[in-house]
Order: sequence, then C-alpha cells, then structure tokens
Amino acid sequence: MSAPTFQLQRDPLGRLVYTSAEGERHEAVVPVRAFPIGAPDEGISLVSTEGRELAWIARLGSVPGPERALIESELASREFVPEILRLVSVSTFSSPSTWQVETDRGPTQLVLKGEEDIRRLPGTRASLLITSGHGIVFRVRDLTAMDRHSKRLLERFL
Amino acid sequence: MSQTHPTPAAVLSAGAAPLDAGDNVLASLAVDLDESLSFGSGQLVLSEQALWSRPPGATDWQRLAIAPDLELRHHDHAGVGTLELSRPTERVARWRFTLAANVQALRFVKRFEQLQAARERGVAPEGDDPTRCPSCRAPLPPDSDECPLCTRELNTPPSTWVLLRLWRFARPYQGQLLIGFLLTLAATGATLVPPYLTIPLMDKVLIPFQNGQQIDPSYVLLLLSGLLGSALLAWGLGWARTWLLALVSERIAADLRIGAFEHLLGLSLDYFGAKRTGDLMARIGSETDRISVFLSLHALDFATDVLMLAMTSLILFSINPWLALVTLLPLPFIAWMIHLVRDRLRTGFEKIDRVWGDVTNVLADTIPGIRVVKAFAQEGREASRFRDANKQNLAVNDRLNKTWSLFGPTVSLLTDIGLLVVWGFGIWQVSKGEITVGVLTAFIAYIGRFYGRLDSMSRIVSVTQKAAAGAKRIFDILDHVSNVPEPASPVPTGPVKGGVTMESIGFRYGNRSVIRGLNLEIRPGEMIGLVGHSGSGKSTLVNLICRFYDVTDGSIKLDGVDIRRFAVADYRRHIGLVLQEPFLFFGTVAENIAYGKPGATRDEVVAAARAAHAHEFILRLPQGYDSLVGERGQGLSGGERQRISIARALLIDPRLLILDEATSAVDTETEKEIQKALDNLVQGRTTIAIAHRLSTLRKADRLVVMDRGEVVEVGHHDELMARQGAYWRLYEAQARRAETEEGSDHDAVLIASTLPQPSAHTMVAK
Repeated sequence: MSAPTFQLQRDPLGRLVYTSAEGERHEAVVPVRAFPIGAPDEGISLVSTEGRELAWIARLGSVPGPERALIESELASREFVPEILRLVSVSTFSSPSTWQVETDRGPTQLVLKGEEDIRRLPGTRASLLITSGHGIVFRVRDLTAMDRHSKRLLERFL
Repeated sequence: MSQTHPTPAAVLSAGAAPLDAGDNVLASLAVDLDESLSFGSGQLVLSEQALWSRPPGATDWQRLAIAPDLELRHHDHAGVGTLELSRPTERVARWRFTLAANVQALRFVKRFEQLQAARERGVAPEGDDPTRCPSCRAPLPPDSDECPLCTRELNTPPSTWVLLRLWRFARPYQGQLLIGFLLTLAATGATLVPPYLTIPLMDKVLIPFQNGQQIDPSYVLLLLSGLLGSALLAWGLGWARTWLLALVSERIAADLRIGAFEHLLGLSLDYFGAKRTGDLMARIGSETDRISVFLSLHALDFATDVLMLAMTSLILFSINPWLALVTLLPLPFIAWMIHLVRDRLRTGFEKIDRVWGDVTNVLADTIPGIRVVKAFAQEGREASRFRDANKQNLAVNDRLNKTWSLFGPTVSLLTDIGLLVVWGFGIWQVSKGEITVGVLTAFIAYIGRFYGRLDSMSRIVSVTQKAAAGAKRIFDILDHVSNVPEPASPVPTGPVKGGVTMESIGFRYGNRSVIRGLNLEIRPGEMIGLVGHSGSGKSTLVNLICRFYDVTDGSIKLDGVDIRRFAVADYRRHIGLVLQEPFLFFGTVAENIAYGKPGATRDEVVAAARAAHAHEFILRLPQGYDSLVGERGQGLSGGERQRISIARALLIDPRLLILDEATSAVDTETEKEIQKALDNLVQGRTTIAIAHRLSTLRKADRLVVMDRGEVVEVGHHDELMARQGAYWRLYEAQARRAETEEGSDHDAVLIASTLPQPSAHTMVAK
C-alpha cells in the first residue's frame, strides 16, 4: 500500500472518515505514528475505532495534499509533547519535585514523581523525555544546547 | 474552538460568566489548554440555562443555550483530555485540558448529564454525587476536585516535620526515652570532666614543678583517679544509653513496620494494582530500617553533640567569657564550610548511585536473558554495553574523587585554623596574665575534641532528609484509607445458599467505565460461564463479586443482602477462588492446601487433594505432603500447581466458586486432568467460570456473553448458537483458528472434541 488508494474526509462531528478503494467506509479513524520519536514522518497507520489497521502509509510525503493536511491536523490535535525550552525553577532536588518550565506551548509547571520518569533517548544529542505526574510527556530536544541555569538544574536529576 | 454553527451564541464581555437573571451556576471547569494545545487558562461554566465558555487567552464569554439533543462527551489520549459538545449531526464545540483538570472535567460532565436528565423530567437538577479519585478511588471531599491523598503523594516533597509524626510510634516507649535522655545528659557530662581536671593538673602540679616546687603525690593521685573515675563513668553511662536507645529505636521501627504491613493488607486491590511490588517492599522493609538507623545512630549522635556543645560552652564561659567567645566564634563558620563541601559531594554521590544503577542494569538484563543473548550471538554487544557503563562510572567517580579526596584534609585544615585562633588569642591572654596556662590547655582540649565532631554533625542535614523521605513514604501507606470499607454494623452471613443478584451495577476504573448497567441473577447451585473478548469486563465482574472493589452504581446481593453489609472477611470466607496463575506460598504442600483453613486436619487435606486429583502426584513427591513448594521449593508443573490451588478452594467448602481462566495456562492433557478436578469442585456450588476456551464451559448451565462491560447474550450453548449473535461469532472464530492450526496444535483437537456437543450439553445442563 505505497500509493494511497483511499479517501479521507472530515465529517460535521469532526471525525475523520475513511473510504477504502473498495468503497468500505469507516468513521472516526485515527492516524497513529509507528515511530513517534525515531522517525515521526515514516510509518503512519490509519486505525479504526476497533483498533484494526486500515491503511499503512510508509511515508507521509507520499500522500496527496488534502489527505496529508487532514492527517497532519488530526495528528496535531492528538499529539501533545511540549518541548521544554527553559527550566525556571524546581521546588526541590528530591522527588516529587515541582518544576516551573517554559515550553514551546507556553509556560507551565510539571510534577516530577521520580527520577525514573526521565528517559534518556539514544543518540548523539542528549535528548530527554520527561513524564510528568499527570501523564504528560515533555521533551528536551538537546540538553547541551540549553542555557546554563536550566542545565545546572536538570543535571541534578540525571 | 472548532465550531460550525454555534446557533444560540451571544458574545459577552470578560470577568465572571455573565449569567441570565435567575440562572444558577451548577459547575465550573478551568481548562488549561487551547485548541492548538498551548498552555493557557480558560473557563467553562455550566448553569441551569446555558453552557458558558471562555477560551484561553480570550476575555469574552460565549453562551451556548442548553438544548435537549446536546451531548457532552469526555475522552482522553496521551495526557490530553477533551470535552466535546455535540448534537447527533455535528460537533458544536470542543475544549482541551491536561489531566490535571481531569477529575474536575469528569465532574463537569456528570453535572451536565444530571442537568439534561433533570430537564427531561422537568425538574430542577439535584445535588452532586460524591465522585471518586480516578487514581486511588478514594472518595473525594465534596467541595474539592483534588484527592487530598494523591495530591499529597504527588506534590509534596518530604518535609523534615514528617519525622515528628513518628511520635505516635514512640509514645509507648516514652519512659525509656526519658531515661535514655537522662543517661545521655549524664554520659556527656562525664566526658567533660577530664579536660576540666587538666586545669589543676597544669596549674597546681606541672607548672609549679617546673618552677622548682615538689609534686604532691597524693594530690596527683586524686586528680588521676578523678580522670579514671570519669572515664569509667562515661564508659558505663555511654553503654547504658546506647543500648537502651538502640533497643527503643529498634522497637519503634518494628512497630512501624508491622503497622504499615497490617494496614497494607487491609487496603483494596486498587492500591496494589497502582503500586509496584518492589516499591512497597522497599517502603516497608528498608525504609523502616533506615528510620531505625537514623534514630539509634544519627539522631542520637547529633543530640549528644548538641548537648556537648551546650555544656562545653557553659563550662568555657564560666571559666573565661572572652576566651570562650573567641573559641566558639570559628565554629559556625567551620560548620558552614563543611556543609558546603558536603553538599557538593552529595550531588556527586547521588550521581554515582545512578551510574551504578546503570552498571547493575546491564547485569540484570543480560544474565536472565542469557539464552537470548547466546542464541543471537550478541555476547560482544552486551560486553561492550557493560564496558560503556563502567567507563561512565569511572568518569563520574574520577570527577568526584577529586573533591572527595580534598574533604578529609580540608576538615583538618579548618580545625587546625580554628585551633590556631584559640592558641593565638590564648597566648596573648596568658601573656597579659588574664588566664593561666592550665585554662588554655583545658580550652584546647575541650575544643579539639569538639571540632572533630563537626564533620559528623554536618551530616545530620542529609541523613535527616533521607529519613524524612522514608517516613513520608511509610505514612503515605498508613494514611491511605481502604475503599472497600467495613460496614459499621455488619450483618452476619449465616448459612449461605449462594444466590447472587446483580442489580444494574456499574463500575468505573479511573475515568474508564468498565461495567455499565449490568443485570444478572444467578440461582443457588447454578454454573455460569462468562464469555467474551479480553477487556469485555469479565474479570472485573468477578473482582466485584469477590468485593475486591466496590461497585460504583447499583448493588450486588448475596441471597438478597447487599454484600457491602457483610464484614469483608466474613463474606469472603464463602468464596473459593481459582486463578489462572495459581500462587503457592513458601511452605509444604499440606500447608498450601490448608491455607484458607489453617486448622484443617490431615484427613481433610488428603480428601481435598483427592477430590482435586492432586493426591497421586503429591505422593510421588519425595516428601509427599511435607514437600516444600513455593518460590524456592520443589519444582511443580503448572497443572500440578493448579490442582493444589483447586484443593485449596475445595477445602474451605465455599458456597460460591469463582474460576478465573483456571485452565488457560496449561496444555491439553493437563487441562483434562484439571477439568476432572474442577468437575468435583463445581458440584452443588454456585459457580462463575471465566474461560477463553469455550470448551472449558461445557458444563455451564447458562453462558453469559459480555461485551464492553455489558451483558449482550444469556442462554444455553445451543440457544446462543441458533441466535447467530455474539456467542456464535466467538465460537466460529475459535473454530476457525482451530482449523488453521490443525495438526500442529493440540488446541485444534481439543476444541473439536470437547466443545459442547448439543446432545452432551442438554444432558448436563438441565
């Protein structure tokens, strides 16, 4: 299924409607990235409400414009991984600790339950995924590129 | 906000929601994300007439009149919650929030539903239901949206004040503690005598001798015996004090440990589901130990040091205030310097701990998985992973050692400088004739031993923090209230017939509705087979019947009495539970069989084992019924373990029997053996059996098909097959799978041969 043979529309309820080449219709399909961290734009699956895969998109770039826009907007409304740009302050160096952070989605605070909630991503750059106490995953794209203050605070937890 | 036609929308200006005259606020919700998922703060207000909303960043309120066909739906994904307001044909509006606002949002939806229901009936909306915390399921306080327990566990860093709560466990020992304190006082006093005796020794004996006077042997003897006596006294008192306080602190820790474990056992399964086993074990095991060490060692030493400091300063000031002032002046400064260095080291040590964790992680990964490593010939990769981890360990250690090796010499240097100040000022005072040489040596002796203690005193900050963290983790357990509460005045169960009635029960796990509106009546002695896809709520239903959780709505009744009115232990005595993974405790086979009835006679145990078809293989074990099983004991196969657990359930002779996938973890041959054992077990009891393999349920009187938390079909096998509904689809799917696996899998044979045959079935299921 390299070239998409399906159609996508958005219905008035705001759901994605998938129509296969054979004319089979599925409502409320959900696009899911197979490698959200490693290769976000490769391997996107359209999944039905029952959790069955309807279509596999090897490369998002190969999908024609309108469909791609729909998939991208649906992904954007489902994906929520704020990127931490700066650590303003932390309440304590032991856990649980409340952090005041500035993210690409505005300033907020997060509660770090334990050091095990910080996951180092493999790779040359020091990327981190930090899961907050409320289940939101924050991302630090490059630890070495952060400012001195943030780096010093973060170092204490690594 | 993505909305197509907000029909009755009126845009109003900022501030609080501008309600219509005579309208009342029912609920409000602070949303913290906007449509593009950026942080911001917006507000939703539900009143009797309308739903008001103010998107994040905006100051204008929008009014959506409440129409009967409006529906408010809640769902969440990856940490983001969504409320969608829609009509059957279109979505009217959508709001997003982080899960921090989730409980509030669920309440908001509930209020909305209540309002809609009330409007439908034409009455005023009634009061709010008590909502439960989604993570620990403890009831929430009526006027708050935060679960006090979870919030505390999540948000509060351990405060040192937590340690004061240990007093509750220390109170029974207050007498001993008081004696311990007095002993400490006396022992410290005794250690302060020797330096004091150096004054006369210097001024009245040695210096006069240097100036040509004779030594008075009897006076010297007196002083020396004073030195010996005080040393002996300090020794004896110190021993008594350390012994007594160690005794008390061990007892406090043991009480704490026992208290925490007993409380833990009383908590409902929810709590255990949410916590990791290792974490709970650490809390009760090593944390209490850490507190004990803190109390008996660090806190005691610190108290002694503080007492010593106070008494020393008292003595010094009484001898010579000026010199005392100069002597004590460097103290805070030195303490601060030591603390500073120590703080540096602490972060370094924490880092070493974590890196060390990486090193052991490689071992913990590789050694249990050695078969995989060897099979895929990846020894080289694992070796290099270990080498890398060690390299990092070395790097971190090297960096720290630079500071660490400085620490000891730095403390000595600081101490020496402090002494230098005392020497300098003292010599100056001696030259002025304000003090004698004896006084100066006494001061040096006093303060020299004191500077040495500063290092250990500076450590108190970090050990106190650690002990406080441990105490907090234990009190987190102790403060948790079980959400399967014991009734205030329990009804005795008496003789049980075994009829179970479920009346429109509902159960929500967190924010997920697992069971909704379920009705089922089970007659005494009937065997019910629960069938359905995984996730359809079968196991949850069984957990509700066992009262591992309490239903959110409706009620479960045993012989017509709500099970919440029985004492929990009394009720569970009538339930026999056989699980998919039989759990055997460490102990003999006989002890394991008699687990539910510790007073059972040997005959009863053997009879139960016979009925469970376990007797013969038990006799084949080298020590028969006295063989050790459990974690380190005799290796038993899955089927053998299962039959022991069936014997365990048989022995307590329950009226209500629950088989949760009792045979799905074993092979076909064993299944037949177990099935025979189960057939004995089932006779004359109300039985609820869950099984993936429909073959296991061939004896069931009725099959109950569940889907998404609801009962979709009830009936005999033939009936359900004829109906061609959900059960038929399940059955067909299994048969198809059996066909494709034909010849290669035992399942195929099994399903073909043991699936309920029409004739056989009608025979057993009268």
